[in-house]
Amino acid sequence: MKKSFLFISCEEAKHICDKSQYGESTGWERLKLGIRIMWCKFTKIYSKNNNKLTDAMEKAEVKCLKSEERKKLQKNFEEELTKHQ
Amino acid sequence: MPKHQIDPNNWIKLYSDYLFNYTITRVSDREIAKDLVSETFLAGLKSMANFKGEASERTWLISILKRKVIDHYRKINSNKGKAEVRMHYNNDTDDEGDWLEERVADPFDKTAEDTLVNSELGDAIYDCLAKLPEKQAEVFKMKTILGYDTETICNELNITPSNLWVIIHRARTALADCMEKNWF
Repeated sequence: MKKSFLFISCEEAKHICDKSQYGESTGWERLKLGIRIMWCKFTKIYSKNNNKLTDAMEKAEVKCLKSEERKKLQKNFEEELTKHQ
Repeated sequence: MPKHQIDPNNWIKLYSDYLFNYTITRVSDREIAKDLVSETFLAGLKSMANFKGEASERTWLISILKRKVIDHYRKINSNKGKAEVRMHYNNDTDDEGDWLEERVADPFDKTAEDTLVNSELGDAIYDCLAKLPEKQAEVFKMKTILGYDTETICNELNITPSNLWVIIHRARTALADCMEKNWF
């Protein structure tokens, strides 16, 4: 087995970690990330902070406007703004 | 000299999402929340002369929004009779609870403390999001808050998936750092 087949770089590990936050990593990628986390403290810290951020986002249940909603709001507001200037 | 200046040209860009999040947690209806936010900006525009610069623009807009939310609930309460007509009595079973409201699982099983903490956490997240470059904040919101898939975001913003993941990575790193300092 080639070393690179199972062992990944720190950058690749972070990328997989990011994708995992959105459920977009494969099982194989998560396995490689798990192995990296076991011996790389930087990946471990990054993964821990990333998971904490995801937990916070889920807990806070923050909402935002969709792009088209914001554009519509901006358009209406600019019309009023023009009247005031 | 006032501590804060007012510049309505940037209001939508800077505060629309923050105000929307504040509103939707209080009225639980996307359309009503959008209307209230829009009314808040327009009211702010009309009363710009009253801005003394002692509080930030965001705080000042929130104070207008709070009144809008209160007015909204006053309006609903004045229509309380109409709301009661829509309630249906259930008598086709011997299960506990006759009123429909009693038969539905209560999704609001959070304590007042939980709600307060989550609201403050939301504020902390928005404070950190405000520090991100505009593009990073936009991509992060689309991916994380709105839950858009990668392809949709790439098509809308005309970026490649590689670009998207680089932007997401930078945004998440900056946000995690900011939250570490301010919340965790």
